[in-house]
Amino acid sequence: MNKRRFRSLPDLRNYREHLLSSSRKRHLVSVSAASCGRAAGAVEVIEAFEREIEKRGLEDSVELRVTGCHGFCQFEPDAVIFPEKIFYPNLTPEKVPRVVEDTLIGGKIVPGLVYSEDADGKIFPYLEDLPFLKKQVRRLLDRHFTLDPESLDGYVQHDGFRALEKALFEISPEEVVNLVLASGLRGRGGAGFPTGLKWRLAREAPGEEKYLICNGDEGDPGAYMDRGLMESNPFSIVEGMIIGGYAVGATRGFVYVREEYPLAIERMEKALISAREAGLLGENILGSGFSFQLELVRGAGAFVCGEETALIASIEGRRPFPRQRPPFPVVKGLWGRPTVINNVETWANIPPIIKEGPAWFARVGSPTGRGTKIFSLVGQVRRTGLVEVPLGIRMSEVVEEIGGGPASGKIIKAVQTGGPSGGLLPASRFDLPIDYESLQQAGTIMGSGGLIVIDDSTCIVDLALYYLKFARDESCGQCAPCRLGTARMVDILEKMVDGRGDIEDLNLLERIGRTMKEASLCGLGRTAPNPVLSALRYFREELEKHLIENECPAGVCRALVSYEIDSSKCALCRLCLESCPADGIVEMEDGYLKIDVNICTGCGVCYSVCQDMFSAVRKIPRKKVKVQGE
Amino acid sequence: MKDKEEEREKVRALLSVLPPEKRYLMLFLHRVQRETGWVTEEAQRMAAEYFAVPVSEIYGLVTFYSAFRTEPGSKNEITVCQGTACHLRGSSRLVEELTRLLGMKSGQEKPEKGVSLKTVSCLGCCALAPVVVVNGKYFGRVRADQLSEIAGKLQTRNDE
Repeated sequence: MNKRRFRSLPDLRNYREHLLSSSRKRHLVSVSAASCGRAAGAVEVIEAFEREIEKRGLEDSVELRVTGCHGFCQFEPDAVIFPEKIFYPNLTPEKVPRVVEDTLIGGKIVPGLVYSEDADGKIFPYLEDLPFLKKQVRRLLDRHFTLDPESLDGYVQHDGFRALEKALFEISPEEVVNLVLASGLRGRGGAGFPTGLKWRLAREAPGEEKYLICNGDEGDPGAYMDRGLMESNPFSIVEGMIIGGYAVGATRGFVYVREEYPLAIERMEKALISAREAGLLGENILGSGFSFQLELVRGAGAFVCGEETALIASIEGRRPFPRQRPPFPVVKGLWGRPTVINNVETWANIPPIIKEGPAWFARVGSPTGRGTKIFSLVGQVRRTGLVEVPLGIRMSEVVEEIGGGPASGKIIKAVQTGGPSGGLLPASRFDLPIDYESLQQAGTIMGSGGLIVIDDSTCIVDLALYYLKFARDESCGQCAPCRLGTARMVDILEKMVDGRGDIEDLNLLERIGRTMKEASLCGLGRTAPNPVLSALRYFREELEKHLIENECPAGVCRALVSYEIDSSKCALCRLCLESCPADGIVEMEDGYLKIDVNICTGCGVCYSVCQDMFSAVRKIPRKKVKVQGE
Repeated sequence: MKDKEEEREKVRALLSVLPPEKRYLMLFLHRVQRETGWVTEEAQRMAAEYFAVPVSEIYGLVTFYSAFRTEPGSKNEITVCQGTACHLRGSSRLVEELTRLLGMKSGQEKPEKGVSLKTVSCLGCCALAPVVVVNGKYFGRVRADQLSEIAGKLQTRNDE
């Protein structure tokens, strides 16, 4: 543990010099070990590297570094070997000895272990060749390859706290606000309010005591940009907030992290402790005369806490009900004092803006949204992971070029953006640039950065129902439009997936949605109907098919779908028979298998076990089979 | 009786290290749950007194947040992620199958079976969807037909 304490600017600068001048080992092996890396077995891979490095006596020439998230979620756990930047995806302890033998000792790549695209067998051994990275501009994520998230030294070595030095010793708080304003940075949590303006309002608000909050309550299902940042580079958030405190005139800050992210909590907490020990938080930071305290607050599992006024209530120890705005938190926030509340990614953008200047930041982006934005690209697309792209990039570039398009035989039909508060952008609109305004005009929102790609195997009604159930469960229940509106929408959509819907229901959904948009108290309630409204706007035909023809084109809605076994493809492996939870598959006299439609519950387990092997189980509309008693 | 006094002692110790300000209520609830596995009525009453707020308010917090329990937890905990990516890849089928295998509903505690089944909105491991967490260990890309093996392991552990 680093117990060094920096009492002055030269203290920190000399220490950085010292770190930079100390000799480096020939190779650096960086293993991604954020939550998903760990879930995929990163710890075992790290141990295998440790063993192998020791066994081969490579301690002096190879440094093993446990890093945060590299962003290649589906290739986890992966390792990058520096300085060559050789990328090894999907590592297992068994593969590690070959990497050590051939690459670290032999200086060659292992062709069988580097990345290749299945189609033509072409290999991509080096990081810069990866198709996934081609269109990305990784200003924030780039550091995740080489940064040890738990080491203050590591951060200092990566130019950490240089922006803080500049802010505290070279420019006035006013000028810091102006730099952020000039950069054009807008809130990365979704609402897109200009960050510099928020800071100025808080700075000018009367009051001695002011606060900062980092909103790390990333609640949208399918989005994990902020988790990636907190688990990979927590010090950048700390540095951003100290600079913010100096600019706004705040003395205290709070980092609110959702309960479901234990590793993010652990790493943020560690970062706060080492920053305190080093004198970078606390009284008289680096002898500048500026003092700032920062502490972590742990959420307890409530989506509504992502709403800023609810989050403030949560920190105060009150039940997290959103309240009417104005007054906005910049005027009346935590404990009634002026409070700047920004999202994790917004704070992480502050140090580079101060260090490199607003012109550098604004070099990329769209006219109304400057800089880069991190998205979590997930769902039914070939390559998934965290992507950082300039705002204004076209959706098609993200889905097709970075994501690699649909899985074979599938057709991508839409991207759901902005989680439960967002909506669907259909494939026909993929030429749209991704920024705050254009997506809003298209009926969705950019949101905090979740991009969920859906193909023709996803049912729009089922997806809308999923989001509305989520909204219903997470509604705080305070105001009627949201509490009742979400529940009514769920009822109607449930009728639809059960094949009991009525065509009139579509108009009803629209009316309820409009009411919720107009009359809900907070942003969450106002945006909750979006998934349904955008489905009505772009996929009305698919909705109508459920209602008029009792058919689910995607074959998802259980009441509308049945299965049959194609005997010409069936290999008689009996896997379906054994895995059917309802014992609904019977062996015929001729030895072939058959699904008994009277027993079949439509769960689709038979379909999923057979799909990858023989594709002998196929979906058929339920109305085409004769079920007794129906 | 002795258990009760022991519990009170534990709660008292947890309270005594926190300033009696409302903002430390959540931290207290997190700690008491970690120590005892759940937030008992007694703990809520003691906290109400310590923080000088009505018990109803504390009960309101405990029941509003999904992280706090008002019943004891089980030895084994299975959590199925219901994030969007997991949903698209069939996580509701997994819940259904687990429900069948364990003979219990999601959100249900079955202390006599030593298993509780929970769902969570999103764990943020979307590329591994669908994700099932068993006693803190993550399983990615889980298929329904693999669940009996996972559930079976718990049963044997229970029998031991």
